Amino acid sequence: MSRLYAENLTLAYEQAVVATDLGVEIPDGSFTVIIGPNACGKSTLLKALARMLKPKTGGVHLDGKLISSYRSREVARRLGLLPQTSIAPSGITVGDLVARGRYPHQKLLRQWSSEDEGVVTESMRLTGVLELSGRLVDELSGGQRQRVWLAMVLAQQTSILLLDEPTTFLDIAHQVEVLDLCADLHEDKQHTLVAVLHDLNQACRYGSHLIVMRPGGEIAAQGVPSEIITAELVEDVFGLPCRVIDDPESGTPLIVPNARKKRSEHDGPVAVHEHAAL
Amino acid sequence: MVGPRRTPNTLKAVGLLVALAALVVLGLLSVWLGSKSIPFTATWDVLWNNDGSNDAVIIHEYRVPRTLLGMLVGAALGLAGALMQALTRNPLAEPGLLGVTTGAATGVVISLGFLGISSLLGYVWFAFAGAAIASVVVYVIGSSGRRTASPERLVLAGAAVTAVLFAFNSAVLLMDPEAFDQYRFWQVGSLAGRFYDVLLPVLPFIVVGIVVALLLIRPLNALAMGEDLGRALGAHPDRVRVVGAIAITLLCGAATAAAGPIAFVGLAVPHMARLIAGPDQRWVLPYSLVLAPVLLVGSDIVGRLIAPPSEVQVGIVTAAIGVPVFIALCRKRKLTSL
Amino acid sequence: MSPVVTGRVLRTRSEAMSVRVAGRSVSVCVGIVVVLLVVMCATLMTGEYQLSVGEVLGAVTGTGEGSADFIVNTLRMPRLLTALFVGAALAASGAILQGLTRNPLGSPDFIGFNNGAATGALLVIIVFGGGMYQIAVGALLGAIITALLIYVLAFSRGVHGFRFVLIGIGLNALALAVNSYLITRASLYDALTAQAWLVGSVNGRGWEHVAAAGLAILVLLPLALYHSRSLAMMELGDDSAKALGVGVQRSRAVLIVVSVLLAAFATAAAGPIVFVALAAPQLARRLTKSASPGLISSALMGGLLLIAGDFAIQRAFPTAQLPVGTATGCIGGLYLIWLLASEWRGKARYS
Repeated sequence: MSRLYAENLTLAYEQAVVATDLGVEIPDGSFTVIIGPNACGKSTLLKALARMLKPKTGGVHLDGKLISSYRSREVARRLGLLPQTSIAPSGITVGDLVARGRYPHQKLLRQWSSEDEGVVTESMRLTGVLELSGRLVDELSGGQRQRVWLAMVLAQQTSILLLDEPTTFLDIAHQVEVLDLCADLHEDKQHTLVAVLHDLNQACRYGSHLIVMRPGGEIAAQGVPSEIITAELVEDVFGLPCRVIDDPESGTPLIVPNARKKRSEHDGPVAVHEHAAL
Repeated sequence: MVGPRRTPNTLKAVGLLVALAALVVLGLLSVWLGSKSIPFTATWDVLWNNDGSNDAVIIHEYRVPRTLLGMLVGAALGLAGALMQALTRNPLAEPGLLGVTTGAATGVVISLGFLGISSLLGYVWFAFAGAAIASVVVYVIGSSGRRTASPERLVLAGAAVTAVLFAFNSAVLLMDPEAFDQYRFWQVGSLAGRFYDVLLPVLPFIVVGIVVALLLIRPLNALAMGEDLGRALGAHPDRVRVVGAIAITLLCGAATAAAGPIAFVGLAVPHMARLIAGPDQRWVLPYSLVLAPVLLVGSDIVGRLIAPPSEVQVGIVTAAIGVPVFIALCRKRKLTSL
Repeated sequence: MSPVVTGRVLRTRSEAMSVRVAGRSVSVCVGIVVVLLVVMCATLMTGEYQLSVGEVLGAVTGTGEGSADFIVNTLRMPRLLTALFVGAALAASGAILQGLTRNPLGSPDFIGFNNGAATGALLVIIVFGGGMYQIAVGALLGAIITALLIYVLAFSRGVHGFRFVLIGIGLNALALAVNSYLITRASLYDALTAQAWLVGSVNGRGWEHVAAAGLAILVLLPLALYHSRSLAMMELGDDSAKALGVGVQRSRAVLIVVSVLLAAFATAAAGPIVFVALAAPQLARRLTKSASPGLISSALMGGLLLIAGDFAIQRAFPTAQLPVGTATGCIGGLYLIWLLASEWRGKARYS
């Protein structure tokens, strides 16, 4: 069994059930990407994996124990999460924000050891924000800010990192920059990464393991991208007729939606999902 | 997923009409019910046909102006509250925060304590002047020479000015028991003893305030999405804020001058409106405009009937009725922030 | 290597202990303490009977002679300490709630405790005709019952901060209405007593009031300080705080309870002194130039506001026995106005 897996999950917000009977396993040392159409429960699954949402049934296992049996701090020392909604307090500097990531390792009387300082500096160096350490977070660009948040999660020093849509609101260059950084962490540091992404082609290029969800919170497929991504799967899950070819740069699957004309010849009306970004 | 269930527009329109109908019914009840019992048919006849009888005098000179005043004051307070929350984008804001209510109180305290004016009619104008001056001072401090006042600074400036005026009022009142004896009845908020002589002077201010407020609906909706997006949609944040502050001062100042401070209406009614109709200002403002007088006129009727021969002031009944409704709504629906 | 974080780092050689302190906060706190001491000395020395430094010191250390001992230890000291502790408690309570709600209006002034406490006190004054001690008990009960009501009504799958505040505001309005009603029904004499209490006063407070407020500070402030690190983490949003291992629900519940109790004890001792809970944290925040109100600096500022206010009101109107609430409103209000105005001149970027 790998370090992080879930069985028989039923996930719900108050009364609204998002997913039932989910089972996923995150291979150790993988860069796992969760994809699926909007509102299929990707982020919800990620939240459950990070203990942010208590499943109605089933359980998430971390290092051989139910995740709910750990103290919150203990979880935070093993597993880091970058949520979608992070608020930078106004007037905080980059260094101070990254330093907040040390919280699970600090004590009332050990608030800032030289180890803390070393880890924070290293995290900022890795994400390339060390030069910005004295700047105010409010003043940064979106790409810079996302790297600062990543540095904060890195400062947590966990070998499992969960990232909820880390590329939202970034332009294409910054998206690639952030994903390259994630790939570096995965390859050089042997970290296990789990990210929710919107872009199928990015998911195929960067992910070593994909979890494809379909509306209603079901798992349609999981495995290595080149083995599971087919035109049939994309049409089944996203309702989008397409061709799958080899990415000329990386050799990974590349999804090319059919031209408009061709799609209208396709039998039956086509369900085009809102904002199903490709 | 987040935010309240969406209510379809037709349902919202029907809801608004129901509230309006309730207001008309309550208006009639308010004219009919009182310490002297007059049969409903007689009330109805006399209402349309002023025959100069005793009953007609009671109805036309006392009950009708009181009812109209209740509707006007309610409408003004509800609308001013909705406007205040939209402008400051702070759901905890109420019109009194702009210093209006305390300013009005200071006007009353000055007229009672230093000028010896003790008639209701006498201090209406002082109250209104106090409200206007206080809100201008708050606005000037809140913007302190910048082109625009940020919502948070405005709220803090309002709290600061309110504190200073409150301290002044308390000091004067504690040193002058006679003035305090009158003031304590004004500060409850009441419609009793207010007739056309109070209604007519405040009427134009409230009407102008309502018109201005309703004209602000579209720009407010644009600004609710944030200042930059609002500007991109063609709204001028600075202009909207200044005009909004003027409308709030007119509405809340006139209402407080006429009926004394009735704190709860301006705060709670916009929340009720949002809980029913969602965050769209096109619905929040009209709903506030109708729901607030429903609450106020209804409370006034209850206050008159609950402990005859004396009556409980409308400010107290408003809270006693409004708070449970408010709390029930808070518990039931998901909360909308601004 | 240049430091990556702001503030000064203090570590013991073995690194068993290490703390980070913001230089500016420390100097502001030291500055406030110095001013506090000066005002305290002035309060103890001046008044109807002037005392020398020696006489005051003698009385404080227990070796003073009869009259000086009486003036200092029975008349001036309890009143001074009550003011100090009440101010600190109110300010700390405000700092916690403002931090939790991320809203300067989330202060106990606006949430029902104050008016709930007042309802309890007014019932004692007007209906039962009780004395100062009973009033304090009535106020304490009133505040705690109100807080419990808010909690019960706001509770629904955990405490939602914003719903808590809204329901508090609702109950606040109800309590205010009840209070106004009681005042219109009372005799003029009772109404005046009630009004003076409502403004908040430390006139004639004795050692039992010092004990009540002091004990509250002694027990609750350390508890709040312990949880203030979670409070700082919650600024990043609930999700981030949880992900970093903060027990968000539990910390929030503890902090709310601490805040309520601080306000309740302070109000019981001195009445609902308005504006301290709102203004002191904001003043401290602006002086320390930090993003959120610090607990210690806020508490010190609150204490200073109250004793300076009481000093001013005693010396300016020696005969009128005006309640300290009139002074704190004036001083705090004018000071905040001045700060807001000077911020614009200094083009500071704190909105």
